[in-house]
Amino acid sequence: MTRRLILIRVFAVLAVLTGINYLTWRWMESLNWEAWWIAVPLVIAETYSLIDTFLFAATMWRAKERSGPESPPTGTVDVFITTYNEPIAMVMATARAAKNIAYPHQTFVLDDGDRPEMAAAAQAEGLGYITRSADWTDKPRHAKAGNLNNALFETEGEFLLILDADQIPDPLILHRTLGYFADDEQVALVQTPQWFINVDEEDPLGSQAPLFYGPIQQGKDGWNAAFFCGSNAVLRREALMQLGIVGYVRGLQDSTQRTLRAAERLLSREARRNQPIPALHAALKDLRVEVSRARAEVSAGEPIADVTYRLQGQITEASRLLVKNDLDLMAEDLAAIQSIPVQRDSELGTVVIDQVGLDALATRELSPLAAVKSVAALVDALRVDRPDEAQPIQPLATISVTEDMATAMQLHSMGWRSVYHHEILARGLAPEDLQTMLKQRLRWAQGTMQVFLRDNPLVKRGLSTGQRLMYFGTMWSYLAGFAAIVYLCAPVIYLMFGVMPVTAWSGDFFARFLPYFLINQLLFLIVARGIRTWRGQQYSLALFPVWIRACTSSVANVVFKKPLSFVVTRKDGRVGGTLPLREVWPQLTAIAVLIIALITGIIRVLIGTADGTGTLVNTVWVAYSLAALSIIIQALRYKGPAAHAEEAEGAS
Amino acid sequence: MNLNVTTHARYAVVRPEGRLTASAAPRLKQAMRKLIEEGNPRIVVDLGQTDFIDSSGLGALIGGLKAARLAEGDLRLAAASESVQSVLKLTSLDRVLRDHPTVEAAFGDE
Repeated sequence: MTRRLILIRVFAVLAVLTGINYLTWRWMESLNWEAWWIAVPLVIAETYSLIDTFLFAATMWRAKERSGPESPPTGTVDVFITTYNEPIAMVMATARAAKNIAYPHQTFVLDDGDRPEMAAAAQAEGLGYITRSADWTDKPRHAKAGNLNNALFETEGEFLLILDADQIPDPLILHRTLGYFADDEQVALVQTPQWFINVDEEDPLGSQAPLFYGPIQQGKDGWNAAFFCGSNAVLRREALMQLGIVGYVRGLQDSTQRTLRAAERLLSREARRNQPIPALHAALKDLRVEVSRARAEVSAGEPIADVTYRLQGQITEASRLLVKNDLDLMAEDLAAIQSIPVQRDSELGTVVIDQVGLDALATRELSPLAAVKSVAALVDALRVDRPDEAQPIQPLATISVTEDMATAMQLHSMGWRSVYHHEILARGLAPEDLQTMLKQRLRWAQGTMQVFLRDNPLVKRGLSTGQRLMYFGTMWSYLAGFAAIVYLCAPVIYLMFGVMPVTAWSGDFFARFLPYFLINQLLFLIVARGIRTWRGQQYSLALFPVWIRACTSSVANVVFKKPLSFVVTRKDGRVGGTLPLREVWPQLTAIAVLIIALITGIIRVLIGTADGTGTLVNTVWVAYSLAALSIIIQALRYKGPAAHAEEAEGAS
Repeated sequence: MNLNVTTHARYAVVRPEGRLTASAAPRLKQAMRKLIEEGNPRIVVDLGQTDFIDSSGLGALIGGLKAARLAEGDLRLAAASESVQSVLKLTSLDRVLRDHPTVEAAFGDE
């Protein structure tokens, strides 16, 4: 074990222990029950943060720094460049760089925008060009996951390098990563960092994520849980296809069971309804018995294709009988109701009836037609090809707008391994304005919460405890918005109205809080090792409305089936126009309220109506929040990297 | 992979010989598509000479099943070797498609 890792572990343990010490005191002895409405939310928020500390400590516990693969690179490779609406020139710059990757490979542009100009540009360079096949017409498209899934069936390389349209690859990207697959046959994914060239040291939009593409990914890697981040990653085709097959079987098992159960209910109902027509009643009852038998067989493990094939035959045969029965009845009816003309077509030899007569029969309460119709619908529902989807096999997960996380978790649950290779091997473009950045963060957070709600890692079969914690940790961090509201409100309420969430800001408080706080900061410093993390810390508080919206909208999506409006991140500069004040009003309001609270607090001390220590603690607290939130104003004023560079030059 | 296609009175037989992997899967799919277009939607895939199958190969089988069913036919597997059977089991595709002991048994007396 390296000295650094020992140090990390010591501080990780200390951080959690001092945290437990502080929080126990907070819960047991310091709650001001008279102001429970703020005291209880605050202590819950603090408990949230302690769990966050624990998850961070767990992440860093086994941090793995890899030097590179041992084996030489082998295997056939397809390079996929995914695009939807990015400028052709940008895509081609990436595509040309991809073509120049030193290791032998084939390059494909996956154009979800289906643009003729894009096709022409790709062909002129001798690159592959793939758009959705006809199968996708009128089917759910599943965004980028769908784009990749479509391409998987038109290519055959053993490994796939996935690049976003703006991520210019290093010529050695495959040489540096392919060896990991040869080192270990169970490796399904090698992720490299995402690095942006259009941001400077200041990085007002917090685009670089050096803590994530560094210590955090290395930490997750230690638990065999390095995340897939959608781009700059190499994947093993076999692993993805296996996910697709297993997913297909699982989906088919579910839908078959569901359909058969529904069929049983439907047939029982139709049989009851048609009791007055004995032949029909008996036929429906027989069919019901067959469906029940089929259901029992599927449960017992009989192959679904066999069972449904046989059952479909039986249903078709039954429908035929019912239709015949229907025609006989009709003939009787028609004979009775002389008014409806019926003739025999002289050429075809079939009965020809006019629509009015048919409608009259169909609306009759005991129409065998209705039964036939519902039974025929069953045949269709028992299909083995997932008729509601373009492809029966969907290797990349489609349960979330961020397909990457869901896919990696699925891979991990099936025993595949992942690798984080810490070396910048592709350089891309970050959003250049606040609005685009906010949309991107919202999408990431929504995607993560969708996975949490649809495929909870804490209970997902096949994951190790470490992997559960690593996935859960990321999801937990997106709940920060709710805690942030409490953290912003509590000091304001004290400074303005003197309402205390704790019994006293006494020596007891400092003795317990300060060690916890300081050790936490130290752990963070050790982990970060000189990386600038302040931007990330600022945004983790300052984006509180985004985190909250992500949580509420994904609950609405998963539980109440409301659509999330999916947004593709713009990579071609600013949207332009007015300041997006409407999107950051909660932050601006918070800043205003914090400043008013600060002034009020100071005045209250000066006129002697407030306690000095309490005001000091809360003033420091407010000052920290203000410092964090101030990044929003900086980001609002930011005019993109070009303008930023000019300003800097003008100043010097 | 070598691909052998024969048509019989009640069904057609496709026999992939060797390794049925990602690079061979498109040819298998193509062959099945052609059979269906020519009016032979009842297909037996004879896996007796298939030494190895990967998930892309399985994908081609599922694609064939879909196409055959849409053409009111069916796709059946026969004579899978032990290594192929183990892949069917691993991916649980054996819960969907039955491996019939012989080509002749696949469509039985249907």
